[in-house]
Amino acid sequence: MLAHDQDSLKRTPLYDLHVSLGGKMVPFAGYDMPVQYPAGVLKEHLHTRSKAGLFDVSHMGQIALRPKSGKVEDAARALERLVPQDIVAIQPGRQRYAQFTNADGGILDDLMVANFGDHLFLVVNAACKEPDEAHLRAHLSGDCVIDSLADRALIALQGPKAESALAKLCAAAPAMTFMDAGPHDVAGIKCFVSRSGYTGEDGFEISVPAADAERLARTLLDDPDVLPIGLGARDSLRLEAGLCLYGHDIDTATTPVEAALEWSVQKSRRSGGARAGGFPGAERILAHFDQGASRRRVGLRAEGRAPVREGALLFANDAGGEPIGKVTSGGFGPSLNAPVAMGYVPVGLAALGTKLFAEVRGQRLPVQVAAMPFVKNTYKR
Amino acid sequence: MTTTLYTSDHEWLAIDGDIATVGITDYAQQQLGDVVFVELPKVGRALKKAEAAAVVESVKAASDVYAPVTGEVLEANEALAAEPALVNSDAQGKAWFFKIRIADKGELGGLMDEAAYKAHTA
Repeated sequence: MLAHDQDSLKRTPLYDLHVSLGGKMVPFAGYDMPVQYPAGVLKEHLHTRSKAGLFDVSHMGQIALRPKSGKVEDAARALERLVPQDIVAIQPGRQRYAQFTNADGGILDDLMVANFGDHLFLVVNAACKEPDEAHLRAHLSGDCVIDSLADRALIALQGPKAESALAKLCAAAPAMTFMDAGPHDVAGIKCFVSRSGYTGEDGFEISVPAADAERLARTLLDDPDVLPIGLGARDSLRLEAGLCLYGHDIDTATTPVEAALEWSVQKSRRSGGARAGGFPGAERILAHFDQGASRRRVGLRAEGRAPVREGALLFANDAGGEPIGKVTSGGFGPSLNAPVAMGYVPVGLAALGTKLFAEVRGQRLPVQVAAMPFVKNTYKR
Repeated sequence: MTTTLYTSDHEWLAIDGDIATVGITDYAQQQLGDVVFVELPKVGRALKKAEAAAVVESVKAASDVYAPVTGEVLEANEALAAEPALVNSDAQGKAWFFKIRIADKGELGGLMDEAAYKAHTA
């Protein structure tokens, strides 16, 4: 058991709800968060894939980027100085996945950016939110007011029944498609709703004023299809969906190209594009686009039943030789009923079907490079 | 007549003569959560007391199961390898891990009886 100092941990507006639901609380990114409820990780995971799960992700950072000029394009142009994404092209009511990069082309954090018409709305990782805000203030204060929305909770509702559960409280929800985002009333509360998530399932993320968060969560949980889901299942769901966890699968030493996130960098920011470069580490990242990177994040499926976890070394052969790479996330995929992992390997060993070996407790277990997502996503396009 | 003893690492031993059947306690399975994988020791392996003998993995993490006494592995529960969830449903029954021939009964002296184990986990 990890000893943890309860006093130093922050609580989200849903803390009392977690405790009343029997959540097993653990420290995560400085917060006291539910890792699971009495149903357990396996049932919570499978319930999210078959019905709907409610997740408290209020520990994540919510930031409004307000253009001093009043024109959202100016905030978008300013943010493009920090990310390799095309932010200008995000239409009002739409959202896009992005990364803050550093001068070496590494990733400082990954985030969501939505265009709310007169400002940009950002959702960043809990562990990075303070440095992210400082980074934004240091570089964008000339053009934008950086408004930390610390008085808001964030609730994710994920799974095939998420739409029907939310539709009862938010008439606009069913018409939204994947990555739509904007202000909507939910149960009469002024919320920001996006059709997105971190599970590979269709679903929504709902930003709600802290004072109304518990009431909204309890109303959603009144639906018999909706169960509360802890961080344990959140991790196994995102792993099956092939989604990166910051600090594990991506960090300051991985570029977006190495991380197999090329899809998230639009042509306009690549070599020859209308606004090519102009973000931190552009030289290295564009070189990776143009000449290729030497290593790549890949999915791994084990032949046996033993989970291959984070930190396991990867080898080309069943004996001898130096490690060729490392597992960055791994565990048991409840929907696949099999171990799944991801990690970095040299590009020459990154082709689908390549046989490798992962060292687990001194034994080299056969694994194969496999396509991600491991479980087909069900986004509503 | 069997006697059941417990370790501070949450293993149980049902002792019948010089043979001990070893598993993890109900308390341990509750702490672990849903068990998805079990690795058992090979029959014939000579285990030393406190040596990692088996592995039990939940969705979240892997944990070692230690040999509570020194001795030779006589049998491993293959049903458990095929159905790891037995650990959650019947930790102190069908989900035994292995049987060991106790080399030195003197080692049993340091183990807890049920009342002491209950106090240990209270």
